[in-house]
Amino acid sequence: MAEKITIDHGVVRAPTSMRRSRPEIEKDAAHPVTVTIDGLETEVPYGTPILDAARMQGIKIPTLCFHEDLCIAGVCRICLVEVTGHSILHAACAYPITEPIEILTNTPRVRRARRHMVDLILSEHVGECYSCWRNSNCELQNLAWEYGVRSYKFGHSSEPRTEVDRSAFSVSREMDKCVLCRRCIRTCIDLQEVGVLEAVGRGHETKIGTFMDKPLGNVVCINCGQCINRCPTGALRARDPGDDIWDAIDDPKKHVVIQTAPSPRAGMGECFGLEPGTPVTDKLNTALKRCGFDKVFDTNFTADLTIIEEGTELILRLYKALVEGDEAVALPQFTSCSPGWVKYLEHFYPGMIPNLSSAKSPQQMFGTLIKTFYAEREGIDPENIVSVALMPCTAKKYECNRPEMCDSGYKDVDYGMTTRELARMIHQAGIDLPAMPDTEFDDPFGGATGSGVIFGATGGVMESALRCVIELVTGKTVENFYDHADIIPVRGMEGLRLVEIPITEVGPVPDIIKHLVPNWDWLLGAKLRVGVAHGTANAHKVMEDIKAGGPFSECHFIEFMACPGGCLGGGGQPIPTSPEIRKKRAEAIYAEDRGCEVRKSHENPAVTKIYGEFLTDGPCGEKSHHLLHTHYVARGKYID
Amino acid sequence: MIKSFVDKKLTFRDMDPDVSLKAAADMSSAEIIETVSASSLRGRGGAGFPTGAKWKFCSRAEGDQKYVVCNADEGEPGTFKDRVILTRFPHLVFAGMSIAARAVGATRGLLYLRGEYTYLREGLMAALQKRRDDGLLGDEIMGVDGFEFDIEIRMGSGAYVCGEETALIESLEGHRGEPRNRPPFTADTGMNAMPSVVNNVETFAWAAAIMEKGPEWFRVVGTDQSTGFKLFSVSGDIDRPGVYELPLGITVQELLAAVGGENAKAAVIGGASGRVVSQAEFNRKVCYEDVPTGGAVIVFGPGRDMLDVAENFLEFMCEESCGQCTPCRLGNTKLLECVRMLQEGTCSAAYLREIVELGESIHLASKCGLGQSSGNIFLSIVENFREEIMGRALGAVEPATLRS
Ligand SMILES: Cc1cc2nc3c(=O)[nH]c(=O)nc-3n(C[C@H](O)[C@H](O)[C@H](O)COP(=O)(O)O)c2cc1C
Ligand code: SF4
Ligand code: SF4
Ligand code: SF4
Ligand code: FES
Repeated sequence: MAEKITIDHGVVRAPTSMRRSRPEIEKDAAHPVTVTIDGLETEVPYGTPILDAARMQGIKIPTLCFHEDLCIAGVCRICLVEVTGHSILHAACAYPITEPIEILTNTPRVRRARRHMVDLILSEHVGECYSCWRNSNCELQNLAWEYGVRSYKFGHSSEPRTEVDRSAFSVSREMDKCVLCRRCIRTCIDLQEVGVLEAVGRGHETKIGTFMDKPLGNVVCINCGQCINRCPTGALRARDPGDDIWDAIDDPKKHVVIQTAPSPRAGMGECFGLEPGTPVTDKLNTALKRCGFDKVFDTNFTADLTIIEEGTELILRLYKALVEGDEAVALPQFTSCSPGWVKYLEHFYPGMIPNLSSAKSPQQMFGTLIKTFYAEREGIDPENIVSVALMPCTAKKYECNRPEMCDSGYKDVDYGMTTRELARMIHQAGIDLPAMPDTEFDDPFGGATGSGVIFGATGGVMESALRCVIELVTGKTVENFYDHADIIPVRGMEGLRLVEIPITEVGPVPDIIKHLVPNWDWLLGAKLRVGVAHGTANAHKVMEDIKAGGPFSECHFIEFMACPGGCLGGGGQPIPTSPEIRKKRAEAIYAEDRGCEVRKSHENPAVTKIYGEFLTDGPCGEKSHHLLHTHYVARGKYID
Repeated sequence: MIKSFVDKKLTFRDMDPDVSLKAAADMSSAEIIETVSASSLRGRGGAGFPTGAKWKFCSRAEGDQKYVVCNADEGEPGTFKDRVILTRFPHLVFAGMSIAARAVGATRGLLYLRGEYTYLREGLMAALQKRRDDGLLGDEIMGVDGFEFDIEIRMGSGAYVCGEETALIESLEGHRGEPRNRPPFTADTGMNAMPSVVNNVETFAWAAAIMEKGPEWFRVVGTDQSTGFKLFSVSGDIDRPGVYELPLGITVQELLAAVGGENAKAAVIGGASGRVVSQAEFNRKVCYEDVPTGGAVIVFGPGRDMLDVAENFLEFMCEESCGQCTPCRLGNTKLLECVRMLQEGTCSAAYLREIVELGESIHLASKCGLGQSSGNIFLSIVENFREEIMGRALGAVEPATLRS
């Protein structure tokens, strides 16, 4: 049914640094070059970096500034190798093979120089590993071990030199631990196109800085946390609420509930030595109960609710624009569940805020319902509820601290917690996650659908929305149009996707929205055009395309996720990250969807129940408007 | 202002830039490159890359818009000869750039002028305007169909590393002045990722001279691998500091004699990225195959403390490193620390050995020429003046306080 339109735009992996046009030689498989690496002769495509060529031969060259998601920097100089006949060593990551050469990766000169690089970095790296959050998951620590560092040859200091920047709700920066690999810069500039971080100063004064050296809370940072995920050391980290949550758990007066999003469940296993893509949802429920959480809820429930609210909003917008001819209606409608994306839009395209769906994100909808509906039903004073959200995302920490997020009369969500942080709590509690038995989610929100699960992957929100819209409009099941209700065209890892869905038949308007639209006749013969973008660099492309009147400007609905891969690649997910790891997490998510009994948001019995019992004036009604919708702030790029 | 004592002998005085350009205008690209190659002219900026070969690479590279860039950043401590050329012979330099443009097929020229030379800018702009008025820049240069070229002046802002050609290009493109990874090389992926030729001011001037006089004329002096005359900026403890034109292959001894520095203790040849030559080596030749230089010669008299020399140059390197790569950014600070330890007599022989090894690693591991040569002066002082610098360590302190 759907037709996927191919567009010539970038992929998730940043091809080259946008900022510097720093040239990299492109690989050319049509022109193989013969090289010898440590005596092994092999053929590689012209332009293959020595690093890749060596890996193909099973030779591991150590790296620090290299990251699979980023353009080549060649700055740490750890990956040194010898090329016969050349007087100096080369950085294997930054040296493309363009002619037959003989490479030696393990010579005394190479070992000594690499060791010197490690020694030099350690001489400037302040502090000790045991007080660092990256202890046991640090690339520098690994290098020190590999290169046999037993003492600090060129000195080492434990005296702090710079103050930790804790100004932002999401990301803190401890520059004493920075090794100037510049991955964060490349992430923020190339991958995310936000551009908060840059190298400032020269020589030994060089450091990573922000605009005018302002604190991170005071610049255009969108809190996506992608820089944290790619930092090799403990220099960047998320604000960890773990201790506060333990305090709440230990306080008998407090009723501590946690909602868990689908992506952390697909990633959490990695923190316990499991393969990426091993789902641990039901084991996690048990672990959380053992940690002392009073209730464990499934964020998928409000993901379903988001679909209903956002979908209704879309139908209303389309109706107003197409039937009533209201030109003031902002289209395409943009999704609003990724708080990093929301802040990106507020900073860089404040004029487009009207396009943003007013529906809150699933996390915040859940927060509001817990302190209203749930508190009422269970007879608990909302004052005593501590609401925690397990998210793959660092921006969620910022989101729950937005001043407008208090519609319940309290702070709707008290703490946003990342996958990594919860993993540590579980470790602290002495719980061996993989060994846990299964437990179901708690009522009354237990019932969730596969639609909620796939929110975690790029394209998932769109797929859920389409499953819902197709059924509501045609009166037939999605399976009539897509096998197993898998809407494949919106899936995948391309940075941008554009899909057209012709509406060839319509049915009766379902009861739940009957009061909003009289019939579907106006949609018959129309083409629903939807778009998907993930990573704000791709969001940027879409926005510019819309401004220029390109194909995306003709869309009706566009899904935006701030993080590459969607939530499963969120800034709070386990480190490391790579295209391969994200793909595996996505597989876990789609597998969980397939295993769900109910896979469409509007069929979720809990959703029907909440509209029946609590949000009685229906989707986008007055009550839902008050509790489940929000507003935005035109921030602009200039901040005092 | 330093006087040029041999000014009257400067070859450039007798050159006619218009004749050079005319000669090139009458030649094909290949013929120009052949002529320059036949002269064996090598880059006068320091690295000494054969100019003809550089132009040939660039002429072969494919690109819609090629560039000719003149490196007038002259940031090497102790170098001031490009300033003299730009002041006195700007037309020769511009003619050289135009010749290069014809050779490689470039239509745009850029002159990257050292920030401290802002006062030269106006004169250079006037010279450029005159050339446009005279039909020596613009479309149909000298009436030759398709010979199109113009030159813009861009200012540097005082970073030494921006003299390194890829950092210079980054700076020209409006970015932080940091060297690029190589390959790809500037000749095929330079300015705006297009094929570009970057040459020193003096290189362009000599190229123009060669077009007028022919390659044989140029090859008459010098050695096999280092042909022609070269301008030297000579300063320090000598009687007659200034800019000299001397043949390549001259010995240090002869050079010192020419400038009144016979009783020198040592000379730094090649500026901050050069090396220290001690008395014992004064019979060595100044040329690419022996002691190379971009033209800076700094002479130290008998009273100079070699540790002060090392300290001074290393301070420069620590500040002027662009800061991107580990060995150069951090390594040089360790070398400097070591010099200070030597000054205080707290450096053990073992630690010095470690630091010398580190210096070698800095050379091997750094991304660009700055880091690769930043330790040269220090290392050559340790090698040649060991007695002098270790003397302080032995007498002054208890071995127990030595760092090892
Ligand atoms: C740190 C550093 C500084 C340099 N500074 C200059 C300079 O000021 N002027 C110059 O002509 N070349 C300088 N160079 C050399 C250039 O990189 C390049 O080799 C030169 O411009 C090429 O021109 P040539 O072949 O005509 O010498 C410098 C190189 C390095 C590594
Ligand atoms: S959190 Fe995102 S926007 Fe903020 S500095 Fe890091 S990468 Fe840039
Ligand atoms: S903060 Fe982290 S990612 Fe950024 S340069 Fe420093 S060590 Fe690298
Ligand atoms: S060697 Fe020094 S100047 Fe050159 S790239 Fe490295 S840090 Fe920058
Ligand atoms: S990994 Fe190659 S230079 Fe950093």
